[in-house]
Amino acid sequence: MKPFEQIVTEHGPTVLRVCRAVLGPVDAEDAWSETFLAALKAYSNLPENANMEAWLVTVAHRKAIDATRAQTRQPVPVERLPERSTRAERPEDWDGDLWEALKALPIGQRIAVVYHYVAGLPYHEVAVITGGSTDAARRAASDGIKNLRDTYARTASEGEHR
Amino acid sequence: MMTAFEPEVRRLFASLPEVDEEASARLHSRLVAAAERDGVLDVAYRTIDTPVGALLLASTGQGLVRVAYAREDHEAVLVKLAASVSPRVLNAPGRMDEVSRQLEEYFAGRRTAFEVPLDLRLSKGFRRNVLTHLPEIAYGSTQSYAQVAAATGSPKAVRAVGTACATNPLPVVVPCHRVVRSDGSFGGYLGGPEAKQALLALEATT
Repeated sequence: MKPFEQIVTEHGPTVLRVCRAVLGPVDAEDAWSETFLAALKAYSNLPENANMEAWLVTVAHRKAIDATRAQTRQPVPVERLPERSTRAERPEDWDGDLWEALKALPIGQRIAVVYHYVAGLPYHEVAVITGGSTDAARRAASDGIKNLRDTYARTASEGEHR
Repeated sequence: MMTAFEPEVRRLFASLPEVDEEASARLHSRLVAAAERDGVLDVAYRTIDTPVGALLLASTGQGLVRVAYAREDHEAVLVKLAASVSPRVLNAPGRMDEVSRQLEEYFAGRRTAFEVPLDLRLSKGFRRNVLTHLPEIAYGSTQSYAQVAAATGSPKAVRAVGTACATNPLPVVVPCHRVVRSDGSFGGYLGGPEAKQALLALEATT
């Protein structure tokens, strides 16, 4: 079994992208931290041939679902954060427009898009994580991408002239 | 897998950085702190630069468990630690602050003995007896393999003393470099003959 440090090096950046795309800049780092701490604890009991990326995304998915529920329950603090000044204060934050577009997607589409296109998992693995069929995962991702093209791609091309 | 996607889809996520060094560093420290707090950081490690090259230092909750020379291949040493101690291994320098400070003093000629807790679990039986004896060889002096064998109560085990030194998991800190051949020549060393010579020269001049 690899030293866990190597798991963090190999998969940390992708899991961070996944957390950011599912949860946005504010909650992503908490979700990443909880994911890797939970993964570290469970690591020694993991089968040698486990698909690490899929396993980490599964752990992150549970954390993300918890966090999404919390976001829905307490919308006020999130909305109170002025997006522009947040970006100015935290230079590491990524494009707020992309997050706005992702946030607007139904959660099923958002996670299917992110797990397939950002984490790079095949649809049958996305389906295992989200608990639906492979076809449903493929459909959700395809609808999600269509919606993103309509909302974000347009904003992005307008943004180039800003 | 990403390469299979249409470039246009990849462009959608272009503003989401593939690697964010600053955030990664911050998250790594946070993971180390949480792992320490929850008692699941089984092996913490770091590397330090010394006059005998980069040394890998690794500690369990009980003490320093491994010191490794670069020629032992630090990556390979970590893989072995993951197998023999625990795969919960993180680059977490904090736990090695004290031993790092003492090593720095040693290499500057300002320290003649190490006072840090040791975890000798990687050495068993007779080899462990030998390691326990080694710190009794005074700084700046040497003993022959035969003398060490006699001191550990097995005068005939000269060759086994050689093996114990060659497999010392804690070189420098447990001074196997002070064990030399009866004819006064250096003998082998897991850090290489130059390293053994450098340590003995350092101890002879201070």
